[in-house]
Amino acid sequence: MASEHTVLQFSSSSSPSSLSAKVHPLVIFNICDCYVRRPDQAERVIGTLLGSVLPDGTVDIRNSYAVPHNEAAGQVALDIEYHHNMLIFHQKVNPKEVIVGWYSTGLGVNGGSQLIHEFYSREVPNPVHLTVDTGFRNGEGTIKAYVSVNLSLGDRQLAAQFQEISLDLRMIEAERVGFDILKTTAVDKIPSDLDGMEASMERLLALIDDVYKYVDNVVEGNIAPDNNIGRYIADTLASVPKLSSTAFDKLVNDSLQDHLLLLYLSSITRTQLSLAENLNTAAQIL
Amino acid sequence: MANRFDICEDFQLQADNVLVESNPVILKIIKHCKEFSPSLVTGQLLGLDVGSVLEVTNCFPFPIREEDEEIEADGANYQLEMMRCLREVNVDNNTVGWYQSTLFGSYQTVELIETFMNYQENIRRCVCIIYDPSRSNQGVLALKALKLSDSFMELYRNNNFTGEKLREKNLSWVDIFEEIPIKVSNSALISAFMTELEADTPVTQCDYDRLQLSTSPFLERNMEFLIECMDDLSMEQQKFQFYYRSLSRQQAQQQAWLQKRRAENAARKTAGEDPLPEEDPSNPIFKPVPEPSRLDSFLITNQISNYCNQINGVAGQSFSRLYLTKALHED
Repeated sequence: MASEHTVLQFSSSSSPSSLSAKVHPLVIFNICDCYVRRPDQAERVIGTLLGSVLPDGTVDIRNSYAVPHNEAAGQVALDIEYHHNMLIFHQKVNPKEVIVGWYSTGLGVNGGSQLIHEFYSREVPNPVHLTVDTGFRNGEGTIKAYVSVNLSLGDRQLAAQFQEISLDLRMIEAERVGFDILKTTAVDKIPSDLDGMEASMERLLALIDDVYKYVDNVVEGNIAPDNNIGRYIADTLASVPKLSSTAFDKLVNDSLQDHLLLLYLSSITRTQLSLAENLNTAAQIL
Repeated sequence: MANRFDICEDFQLQADNVLVESNPVILKIIKHCKEFSPSLVTGQLLGLDVGSVLEVTNCFPFPIREEDEEIEADGANYQLEMMRCLREVNVDNNTVGWYQSTLFGSYQTVELIETFMNYQENIRRCVCIIYDPSRSNQGVLALKALKLSDSFMELYRNNNFTGEKLREKNLSWVDIFEEIPIKVSNSALISAFMTELEADTPVTQCDYDRLQLSTSPFLERNMEFLIECMDDLSMEQQKFQFYYRSLSRQQAQQQAWLQKRRAENAARKTAGEDPLPEEDPSNPIFKPVPEPSRLDSFLITNQISNYCNQINGVAGQSFSRLYLTKALHED
């Protein structure tokens, strides 16, 4: 030992704790699809993650593709040519998406991972490793993201350590599509505008009911009051703009009339269309 | 896989044209279309044609096309290579159609029909999926599967859009596009993950989008397009009026000529000469007036009815929202 102060040092410049990653639901879908379609003898599938690094340092994982590979007795063979071809194709479509890391199915990191990670480190500095447990080995679908940190003693590289980083799984995109469609194994038809509206309203009403019940319970003394919740409710109520009832009525009625006018216009247009069609056919017979 | 085939056989009994979309297709389409919105993008759908069900199991995007021959050849190459690559990871690599994005549902164009005919030449059954990113901001999943009707395709192949032919086939503007119901199927694995990942909160982004009060920009744009279309339609109508006017003028001329010729013949007969023929192909008044194609006006009509539908839908939604706000305010 060169000096008594030598301790294990992380060589990574950015401290891993500040790193975080965000996953687009498409990536999860892609990985699952690849896993379902994996070759007979393969135990796991791996692939490349594409995306970008946001200004605040968050890694935004937006797309992915599978890369064929072989793993046997500590040896990993990766189809590098395939990887590069696919990269070129994806860049053609969206040049803004670059490699940010790689994914693998399975729970946690295993021996072969280090070798693959080294390969991706050559493609991009500090790649992210995403693992998706498609086997549900501990009863839940664990999705985790790691970065590798070099463990060195003085100048000597000892090993690489995978450090877990925080992963943002809130999926605004998936919510937009609606979990109802993504969650079930079969949906007969895509909900129309009004169906969706109805569902949303029902949910809103249920929420309002819940708040009512809670407030009533607190008033009656059944539940101990919670100041935080009280403040939230007060904030929500305060966000409703204070309008005199005449002004509000005018506002509502005006927009109602606007919309009615539009409806009327579109109905007239339609009538016009069917009239024109009938007249055209009549004219042809002459 | 076994399960999926079973399900499909059930479908076969019920319906003629059902489309199953599975797994990442929907999200891929949405992602691609949204990222490039408002420019329009296209991509290819891959899948299997299983009896009466067309299964779309994967897709890939096309790079934005540029008007350049070299790049076009490059594009074809890209398509083939991409399919070869996807095959290596066991993705179905049969083309079953394509997807494209649209703005405010203005997709009924001649280009769409041409692309469709191109695809139709190679694949017996193909489908076009249309996604409208502008509508998805309102909490609607604006995904549509279309195909051209058989009778329309036949007419289009012969390029025959005269009034007579259309009447013969009894084809009106409603019959050009057929919408195919979309069924969505997800693998059990996806279903498990999504259930796991679904947030606990009872409110989702989609609810926020739906309850958004301002719809006027969307409606305004819709009205603008509608007005434009109406202008186009009246132009088309004028073309037809012009055609009918010239047609009747020509007929009158023909009649006049015929009467003159008959009188002449009668005179010749009394004089004991042979009658002249009652037709004269060299005379310009017997040249048929070309009838304008009705395709454009059909497409515009389709477009207009589409805008009307959208306006009705959005207005309906707004009514519910307005009454909801009213009720909330009264509370």
